[in-house]
Amino acid sequence: MSDPQLAASPVTRAEVCVVAVAECFRGDGEIVANPIGTIPMIAGRVARASFEPDLMVTDGEAALVAGNEAFAWPDGKVVEYYNPYRSMFDVVWSGRRHVVMGATQIDPWGNQNFAAIGADYRSPKTQLIGFRGAPGNTVNHPTSYWVVNHSPRVFVEEVDVVTGVGWNRAEAAGPAAFEFFDVRRVVTNLAVLDFGGEGHRMRLISVHPGVTIQEVLDATGFELAQADPVGESRLPTPDELRLIREIIDPDGLRRAELPD
Amino acid sequence: MTSKVLLEDDVVAQLTDGMAIGIGGWGSRRKPMSIVRAIARSSLRNLTIVSFAGPDLGLLCATGKVARAFYPFASLDSIALEPHFRAARQAGLIEDVPWDEGMFLLGLQAAAWRVPFLPTRVGLGSDLLKHNPLLRTVRSPFDDAYELVAVPAFQLDAAICHLNRADEAGNATFLGPDLYFDDLFLRAAPTRRFVSVERVVPTAELAAEAGTELRLRVGRMMVDGVVERAGGALFTSCTPDYERDEGLQKEYAGSAKSPEAWAAFKQAWIDIPEQDFQTKVAAR
Repeated sequence: MSDPQLAASPVTRAEVCVVAVAECFRGDGEIVANPIGTIPMIAGRVARASFEPDLMVTDGEAALVAGNEAFAWPDGKVVEYYNPYRSMFDVVWSGRRHVVMGATQIDPWGNQNFAAIGADYRSPKTQLIGFRGAPGNTVNHPTSYWVVNHSPRVFVEEVDVVTGVGWNRAEAAGPAAFEFFDVRRVVTNLAVLDFGGEGHRMRLISVHPGVTIQEVLDATGFELAQADPVGESRLPTPDELRLIREIIDPDGLRRAELPD
Repeated sequence: MTSKVLLEDDVVAQLTDGMAIGIGGWGSRRKPMSIVRAIARSSLRNLTIVSFAGPDLGLLCATGKVARAFYPFASLDSIALEPHFRAARQAGLIEDVPWDEGMFLLGLQAAAWRVPFLPTRVGLGSDLLKHNPLLRTVRSPFDDAYELVAVPAFQLDAAICHLNRADEAGNATFLGPDLYFDDLFLRAAPTRRFVSVERVVPTAELAAEAGTELRLRVGRMMVDGVVERAGGALFTSCTPDYERDEGLQKEYAGSAKSPEAWAAFKQAWIDIPEQDFQTKVAAR
């Protein structure tokens, strides 16, 4: 690392999360990495700029773009493919995509909800965005989740509405639902989880530096399986840190999503 | 060629209570807001709104026009959730018919192709099958025998979109990054298909305005009426003619916080002639 200031400034939790989300894309190859949210968007760029160079990424509108910048293109945007919403569904339904979505609620099998909160769907306590693309995404291509606030209100025994399909529901819905089903990971502000528990239940695989296993268990509203051993989420490499701080997110938007 | 040019109120005059109206655009982008405002001022009621929804759905909820909402999401983009739609939902005032956003494409496409449904994996395992009474499952007649979701054709009584340019006959073009599903809305409705545009130009200039004939995606066989209204999408965006008016959108969103705030916003921005709306916006 050449920049002494960069070397001196400690790695933040947001930067650990960026790398943890980037790791979700490892091995994906030539598909559209479609991370939704600030930290996931930075993470998709990190993955492509380092260990997963064949990934394609969106500009957030109707194009897939080359280059490493995430939010602005000081030297001009380089479009490599025109991808309006119409063709996005061609991408989704042909399986050449890995999405990272948010979740207002998520259950032990990865059933996700961001449509509505409350017992009565006809008159919900809180109306959220709707089903969006979650039902289609989850049965067609790899899906991971990013949860910025790991808490028992998010990690619940049972979600109020199943928008994104989890492992148990996909298996029960038959081969057309399960054939391409691949809900992989959940990355939070505290930890990284997968679905390697019994019957594809959610499992803690690593805690971020400075977080204890007990903190994660306490912030989870259901019994959480644990990898043996539970690891510690890795730090960004010097190269990754330079990419994040100088090229992909020089304005520090990651801090607005997850303050230091 | 006969001119199809008319005004917002002429569009409203062709609509009746209880109709299912498809509205083009996406979230808070390129929505036919001048016609939506005219509907909001009308005596129409009991409508089914079919939309990749933004302030079109919210405004019509707030003015009591909506009986049913067909939508995959409702968002103002820069403001994640649509506050007036939320208020209507949380008060249990409207019937909610939810869809996945790709499924919406299939419902429009099935209608445009005049088939009763299109099959998909989308919806399997999710609560769409529980909360949307129009969805069914169907078994593949081939050796796989897969059980799939049948997305029914959307039965639209009218379709309304806002594009950038059109000629008097109804050939129209978008100039921004994405047509969204406007062409499918206009094909899905068998009649009462309306586009508002920023500017009506002679047919001979349409391709030049578009920059390429690849953008001439709405043909006059898909359109029954053309409204010329500069600023017709405001406060939603209509790039490259203009970006979203974030200030006015914020005011609109904020007006959901109390009946008084809504009454004030409605009086200031909805219960006025469209020309006055445009003058006021331009003077901000």
